[in-house]
Amino acid sequence: MNRLQDVLKTARAENRAVLIGYLPAGFPTVDGSIDAMRAMVEGGCDVIEVGLPYSDPAMDGPVIQAAADQALARGTSTPDVIRAAGAVADTGAAALIMSYWNPIEHYGVDRFASELAAVGGSGVITPDLIPEEAGPWIEATDKHDIGRVFLVAPSSTPERIALTAAACSGFVYAGAVMGVTGARDQVGHAARDLVERTKQATGQPVCVGLGVSTGDQAAEIAAYADGVIVGSAFVRRLLDNRDPRRGVDAVRELAAELAEGVRRGSKAR
Amino acid sequence: MTDPRAEIISAYAATAAMPDDTGHFPTDNALFGGRFMPEALMAVLKELTEAYEVSKTDPAFHQEFADLLLHYANRPSLLTEAHNLSARVGARILLKREDLNHTGSHKINNVLGQALLAKRMGKTRVIAETGAGQHGVATATAAALLGLDCVVYMGAEDTRRQALNVARMRMLGAEVVPVAIGSQTLKDAINEALRDWVASADTTYYALGTAAGPHPFPAMVRDFARVIGVEARRQTLELTGGLPDAVCACVGGGSNAIGMFHAFVPDESVRLYGFEAGGSGVASGLHAASITGGSVGVLHGTRTYLLQDQYGQTQESHSISAGLDYPAVGPEHAYLHATGRGRYEPVDDAEAMDAFRALCETEGIIPAIESAHALAGALRIAPQLAAELGREPVIVVNLSGRGDKDMHTAAAYFGVDFIDNGHSEGGEQ
Ligand SMILES: Cc1ncc(COP(=O)(O)O)c(C=O)c1O
Repeated sequence: MNRLQDVLKTARAENRAVLIGYLPAGFPTVDGSIDAMRAMVEGGCDVIEVGLPYSDPAMDGPVIQAAADQALARGTSTPDVIRAAGAVADTGAAALIMSYWNPIEHYGVDRFASELAAVGGSGVITPDLIPEEAGPWIEATDKHDIGRVFLVAPSSTPERIALTAAACSGFVYAGAVMGVTGARDQVGHAARDLVERTKQATGQPVCVGLGVSTGDQAAEIAAYADGVIVGSAFVRRLLDNRDPRRGVDAVRELAAELAEGVRRGSKAR
Repeated sequence: MTDPRAEIISAYAATAAMPDDTGHFPTDNALFGGRFMPEALMAVLKELTEAYEVSKTDPAFHQEFADLLLHYANRPSLLTEAHNLSARVGARILLKREDLNHTGSHKINNVLGQALLAKRMGKTRVIAETGAGQHGVATATAAALLGLDCVVYMGAEDTRRQALNVARMRMLGAEVVPVAIGSQTLKDAINEALRDWVASADTTYYALGTAAGPHPFPAMVRDFARVIGVEARRQTLELTGGLPDAVCACVGGGSNAIGMFHAFVPDESVRLYGFEAGGSGVASGLHAASITGGSVGVLHGTRTYLLQDQYGQTQESHSISAGLDYPAVGPEHAYLHATGRGRYEPVDDAEAMDAFRALCETEGIIPAIESAHALAGALRIAPQLAAELGREPVIVVNLSGRGDKDMHTAAAYFGVDFIDNGHSEGGEQ
């Protein structure tokens, strides 16, 4: 069992949802992003998604685009991202990489999975890869015991949910809304409905992301999902606090607020 | 006598072996095409695939599409022999006049087909990306005609160099959104259109303007543009009594090129030449020649050749032509290249602008700068072909669009001031 599966299993035994925080590696710098991710773990994140900054983030809203742009402008590379994942794994949290498909394919699927495993990483989220296109990736991740996370969406049919969930190893990522990343005032009913539909198809954990930014939203989701995923809100804290120390403090505080929300919501199950 | 209506319909309805049912173009070394898109878009891509497949065999759709192409878009387009230019290069150069279509380019063929599909799918809003603005103008036109709301995404850099087309789109009632992120050109406009679509697919149809993107776009866009090659093939036979020795097209994403090539693929004697934008020269690194200067990867939903760095980050493309300024290419061109059926070569800015001027001055036709790349390529291969064949070769060039939109760029390039303000250096008062 890899770290990701371990973390999810422990949380399930405690009857609580996990908190998953996202930050692009290399923003504001590679070391700065590592400091911020460590603070997210200290604040209460169980799992960190280390974002691989990409030139064409067609599924990201303006906040993550801005961060990825800055990270790329500073020359952040795939080995930097893997190094950041290793630093997260050293804290004891589960370290995942979130990446658009081309950087992984171009690096070499086997090389990517094996290098991530070597630094203690335990999973990869691929938002623009569907299982039908994932043959070699499934092979590589199985070989290196790296969790695979594909997404389901409110528009997914029952057949596609079943097919997608069956290809995941770790958890299923339920996109709460139809749209790109970015904080939203309301996460809405679509997420709850999607989690229910996904749970009918799989025994794997189902985690909800897209749009979540506050402790109250985290509580609402933790009442029915196995995990709460927060991205843009963390990035926003770093964008708003140009002083690196204040930025790190701000993400730690947000993680604590969200972790409290997750625990509160989990009790209401 | 050929019935142009029947010709349009058979061009669209023809079945093709590629792509396969999963939207791939398999070769020995790579599986091109496919669907690399978020799950959130799978439902609408399936809905679109079904609508497209039904339309291929639906007589009512065929009639509507043919009516629009015949009586609105001005098909069939002429095949004009460029006598003066031909004499210069020792070849018979035949120009397929897509510039004479309504809205001024080949893009209208694809857009009318897709707009009809949008209506059938019950969508009320259509979005598009555009580089040169020709696809945006065509989409705004179809939306006005068919009563659809229209939003066009366009790189901020392109809104400057193709200002005339921005004005045309707005006049036609479309909203034009300048995209000021990334390289501020076509690839970023596609990203922004995808961001819109993933949130709006219930009501919104995404009319992709080239034969790229996730399945079914490469096949569907090709089929709507296929009439170009079907007509050109017949017209060449009528004019010369034989098939051409070569057909030439410029390649941005590849819609005019695949539209021209596809009917000729089974004709083994016909060489298929795609000319990519060489910018300042492939060696300079400042170009948009995805096949010549790129490598296999995934961009905008499809596996193909693209310009990327060692970590798979897309590199910015460069071309004097906004419509060719795209760092990837449609997957069927990747397939034709990998299988050796198509030949792809770069044409740099200077060569294209020479051909642009030559066509203006010898034939009285102002081509789009995109199309000037195809012509430049044809002028380059003419002597090679003549030597190889030992006779005057027949070369068909897809003149994909007209050059009105490019007057600012041409004026700046040639260092002339076409606008007479009364006094040559004086600014406005
Ligand atoms: C006249 C003209 N030709 C060619 C192109 C390139 O597109 P494609 O390669 O899809 O034909 C464009 C694109 O804007 C265009 O306007």
